[in-house]
Amino acid sequence: MDIQKYISSGVLELYVCGALPEGEGREVSKELKKHPEIKKEVEEIEAALSQLSSAAAPYNPNEVLKSIQDKIGNKKVHRLPQEKRSRNNWVVYIGWAASIALLIGLFSLIKDNNDLRKDLNQSNAKKVVLEEEVNEAESKAEDAEGNKQEAEKMLAAIRNENTVKVKLKGQEKVAPNSYAAAFFNPEENKLIIDAKGLPEPPEGKVYQVWSLTFDPLKPTSVGLLDRFDQNEKKLFQLANANSSQGFGITLEPTGGSKTPTMSQLYTLGKVTG
Amino acid sequence: MQPDGLISQMQEKNPKAFERIYERYSESLFGIIYSIINDKVLAEEILQDVFMKIWDKSDTYDSSKGRFFTWTLNIARNASIDKMRSKAFKNKKKNLTADYFVDILEEKSNFVDRVDAVGVKKYIKILKPYCKKIIDLLYFKGFTQAETSEELDMPLGTVKTRNRNCIKKLREILVE
Repeated sequence: MDIQKYISSGVLELYVCGALPEGEGREVSKELKKHPEIKKEVEEIEAALSQLSSAAAPYNPNEVLKSIQDKIGNKKVHRLPQEKRSRNNWVVYIGWAASIALLIGLFSLIKDNNDLRKDLNQSNAKKVVLEEEVNEAESKAEDAEGNKQEAEKMLAAIRNENTVKVKLKGQEKVAPNSYAAAFFNPEENKLIIDAKGLPEPPEGKVYQVWSLTFDPLKPTSVGLLDRFDQNEKKLFQLANANSSQGFGITLEPTGGSKTPTMSQLYTLGKVTG
Repeated sequence: MQPDGLISQMQEKNPKAFERIYERYSESLFGIIYSIINDKVLAEEILQDVFMKIWDKSDTYDSSKGRFFTWTLNIARNASIDKMRSKAFKNKKKNLTADYFVDILEEKSNFVDRVDAVGVKKYIKILKPYCKKIIDLLYFKGFTQAETSEELDMPLGTVKTRNRNCIKKLREILVE
């Protein structure tokens, strides 16, 4: 398929607008997963349209979020008091039979009781919400602490005097604008890949790092850049016990490959000094 | 970039993920709704309904059918159109003429003190008249390619290529 021709046909714009019949839309979804160029194009179209309609919004609806969250939250809470009401009706029935005086007394008791129950339910619901918030804050703090420790470890490894930096240049054919860097410490067999300059891998694909020796060229897999989209700093720590003369990064199917797919070689660089 | 991780977390009913999704998509959907309904209070109500639907039905989103953004667009447009057809709305807005995103942008750009007025003006200036029509139908109103072709009395292929050229213009603004 001629990708450029496909892109310039205008089918992707219709796809984002949702103006294609379902069958054609499915076709585009398939192509999009196969070709990163098409995905990139679709994302740019989406960004442009999304900005345009944001400009037509009367104001930024951030405030509205709160009331939506309340509604979503309330749905769960409101189911609780339902069952208890039928028993109150029965009590009321007895009240009728006994006497009007008693009834009046009972009514006020029931009302109090109901109010108390309502309060209790509300307090319970509030408690659940608060507990959730506390849990969330705790897990956030743990995450942040973990991230910080991780970042400090990486920084120390990069600064280590035995660590050499290897620039991995984007390869003309596949990814001329991409770049990456490898920080290799042969004493401690540590390898950190900075992949900030690589595009997000398409679905079903993963970046694989190769240690290279030259004359003759021999690639050895060092590992995968797993969970690329979730790694915020795009720093990946790998172990490398090879006496590497260079490093390369290729795009491979999920799970990685035994040998590198050279036609999908994104970046490459030699260890110097 | 489509936040696939967030979307699947929302499908597992993670309220935090929902919040992120809201932050990311609410303003552009609000613009779509407002351009159809042209009433701020109603638009806000519909926006709430739309996001409750996004939350409730998130597990029905299927990436093989299209983009998540497109899926939310369809929900927003359908909810607005349903509202517009409802009796209550018809009674309230008897004299409503068809509204149009360009009118909204123009009205917005007249507020000199608005920070984004300059940005909004750019859109009005850069889009040719036929672009304004075509984008209004295909993007804001959710017409299909065939419906747009009929409405504008334009061959199907022309709708496709013109729409591409118009959106290209929009993308130039983004790059700046």
